[in-house]
Amino acid sequence: MSDTTDATGTGRSPSRRALLGWGGAGLALGAAAAGGTVAVVKGGGSDAVPAADTGAAVPFHGDHQAGIATAVQDRLHFASFDVTTKDRAELVQLLKDWTVAAAAMTEGKTVGEGAYGGLAEAPPDDTGEALGLRPCRLTLTFGVGPSLFAKDRFGLEGKRPEALVDIEQFPGDNLEPGRSGGDLCVQACADDPQVAVHAIRNLARIGMGKVAIRWSQLGFGKTSSTTPDAQTPRNMMGFKDGTRNVSGTDTKALDDHVWVGAKDGSAWMTGGSYLVARRIRMHIETWDRTSLQEQEDVFGRDKGEGAPVGKAKERDEPFLKAMKPTAHVRLAHPDSNDGVRILRRGYSFTDGTDGLGRLDAGLFFLAYQRDVRKGFLPLQRSLARHDALNEYIQHVGSAIFAVPPGVRDKGDWWGRGLFG
Amino acid sequence: MRPVRTSVVTAAAAVAALTAVTGCADKSDAKAGGADGSVQVTATDSACKLSKTDFPAGHVKFDIENKGSKVTEVYLLFPDDRIVAERENIGPGLKQQLTAEVKAGSYEVACKPGMKGDGIRQKVTITGGTAVKRNPQLDAAVAEYRKYAQEQADETLPKVKVFTDAVRAGDVDAAKKAFAPSRLGWERTEPVAESFGDIDPKTDTREDGLEKGQKWTGWHRLEKSLWVDGKIGDDEKALATELDKDLTDWQKRVGTAEITPTSMANGAKELLDEVATGKITGEEDRYSHTDLSDFKGNVEGAQKAYELLKPVAAKNDAALTTELDKQFASLNTLLDKYRTDKTSYDFTSYDKVSDGDRKQLSDAVNALAEPLSKLAAAVAK
Repeated sequence: MSDTTDATGTGRSPSRRALLGWGGAGLALGAAAAGGTVAVVKGGGSDAVPAADTGAAVPFHGDHQAGIATAVQDRLHFASFDVTTKDRAELVQLLKDWTVAAAAMTEGKTVGEGAYGGLAEAPPDDTGEALGLRPCRLTLTFGVGPSLFAKDRFGLEGKRPEALVDIEQFPGDNLEPGRSGGDLCVQACADDPQVAVHAIRNLARIGMGKVAIRWSQLGFGKTSSTTPDAQTPRNMMGFKDGTRNVSGTDTKALDDHVWVGAKDGSAWMTGGSYLVARRIRMHIETWDRTSLQEQEDVFGRDKGEGAPVGKAKERDEPFLKAMKPTAHVRLAHPDSNDGVRILRRGYSFTDGTDGLGRLDAGLFFLAYQRDVRKGFLPLQRSLARHDALNEYIQHVGSAIFAVPPGVRDKGDWWGRGLFG
Repeated sequence: MRPVRTSVVTAAAAVAALTAVTGCADKSDAKAGGADGSVQVTATDSACKLSKTDFPAGHVKFDIENKGSKVTEVYLLFPDDRIVAERENIGPGLKQQLTAEVKAGSYEVACKPGMKGDGIRQKVTITGGTAVKRNPQLDAAVAEYRKYAQEQADETLPKVKVFTDAVRAGDVDAAKKAFAPSRLGWERTEPVAESFGDIDPKTDTREDGLEKGQKWTGWHRLEKSLWVDGKIGDDEKALATELDKDLTDWQKRVGTAEITPTSMANGAKELLDEVATGKITGEEDRYSHTDLSDFKGNVEGAQKAYELLKPVAAKNDAALTTELDKQFASLNTLLDKYRTDKTSYDFTSYDKVSDGDRKQLSDAVNALAEPLSKLAAAVAK
């Protein structure tokens, strides 16, 4: 996230009139940039072979959990769980069972004894809807929320990392408890939606009686990319998002900004990361009625090429002062935030329409960082207060999770460092 | 209650399910005719030809071939039209197999070209043979459960009469009070009642479960009159008498239900499914909000079936029974929060139960129903 960010905020935004009245300079620049780059956009090549077509498997074992630096897949099913058992040993056993099932599913295998061929009158171990589908780069990423460390639960209060803060209420937040928080999370990403849904469904089933789904979210179009060489995806507002996100291959940036270091405290988290999840509803209808100029001013980039104000190409270094003070890119840029970078891998969502006939759509924002106190929090404090985008969005769900390091081998399991 | 169609399938599924399990363990049983013991069924648009109409009891295997031009289905039926086993959607030119475990007696085979109507029928006789040998402990469990189902019906009838008498007397308050208690025995043994196919639609259908042209009768029809309209007319009084009659029919027939150890196990799971789909949402008793009383009845009935099967299940899968004991206990503890004491069936009105508390109940039901779905396998091992 070196220049744009979709770490969008809510809160008191400048009025629409203020934006319109801000002046025509940006307007002229934006128009010029857009005009000059249309051809490039139209001819913009896609990747050689769509990843979904390869159906490949992503290795489950490693130093870091897959699904963070991994090139972002097309689809998401994210689930947050409440732990309902009070028995620590039972929870540990579940995490071991989950790890075995997760490893199998990421290889494209079924859970347990499979989906058919067993006793005719007993329900099969695997639910079966992913039969015949390839692994489709399924990754399952596991995290634990602050509530798991509460006193008198599992004896973990001494192990809560300082960086696993309780996220404050930002101005403009309209958080629903039923879409926020959770003791555990599993992020399933895959190039096929059925593969991602199958994974969460089977884990939830294995967990019944020990954990219960608190909320979940489906995502369908990646809104940021960890492969900056590839074409930058667009969000539901039609803008390219994620230009110069932290690259999944940029080891130094990952070490500096994403992976928890050995000296960061909480030894069990070394090699892990902290995840912030926010369900950001977009006021789609009012956005669509907004003039192109205002749309571009709000972002600080043009809509066609994605070039920063006054520049020609998407990846040109932005000149922040050419943007309005409330432009999203300007506020989110590392230069406005003491060099803060986070790794975003959010997804668009559309959950049908709300009771008022409005599209219930937006961005399911997922950001990984080494320390939330230096990453998401300061960034969002700034955005919530000033971002022009706030007029068109509202944060309705929020959660934070500590995502432990990778599962090393077959003897290892999710959360071993924490419970072991 | 579930829709009529499902009820019929439930009965068939229970028999078919047992067949499948014992069939795996006991292949030599399939000696009903032919080189491999199977009965050839040749179905056309106008005929349903069997290679034999007389075969020994035990596992019967039908090799079906549809030589007609229409999609067909083949049924093995009891004399009263209850389904022993069925195979639907057999396209023209296709071959399918159908297996069933059958006791000696008279049956009918029906082919239904176009999958409509009564079909082309012929009588078959099943004689002698040896029924599948079963663990005597399981036979005892089935016998005990059959006794339980009968007791529940016997005890329910007088309670129903308190309810219907109040309706006939035009006493709205007394009828409201007697409504939930009149349903308990039924709710405890619902899969058995549903297996008859024709009783449940008359007694326990909800308004939105009606088929076109079906007259709405039974408990929920009266529930609506009492709670929504707040009055009792001649129609309601007549319906009360009809309810007495239909439930007397249930009481008489309950002893004839086809019950197997695995249908008991799956019946227990189905009771939890009823809770998970109808009661958790408050749809079942949407006017009276007495869902938690039905809920408790379903859990008690499931627990009874489980306890009877437990000695065998524990031997085959001790971890499962440990888990089930725990989950039954925790669901019951949770339910106890909604009544004044552990003997009372007077539960909190469900419209007073918050969304958060409903979620907690739903989680507890899932926590029990998921392992309970493995009971049939543990019994059949």
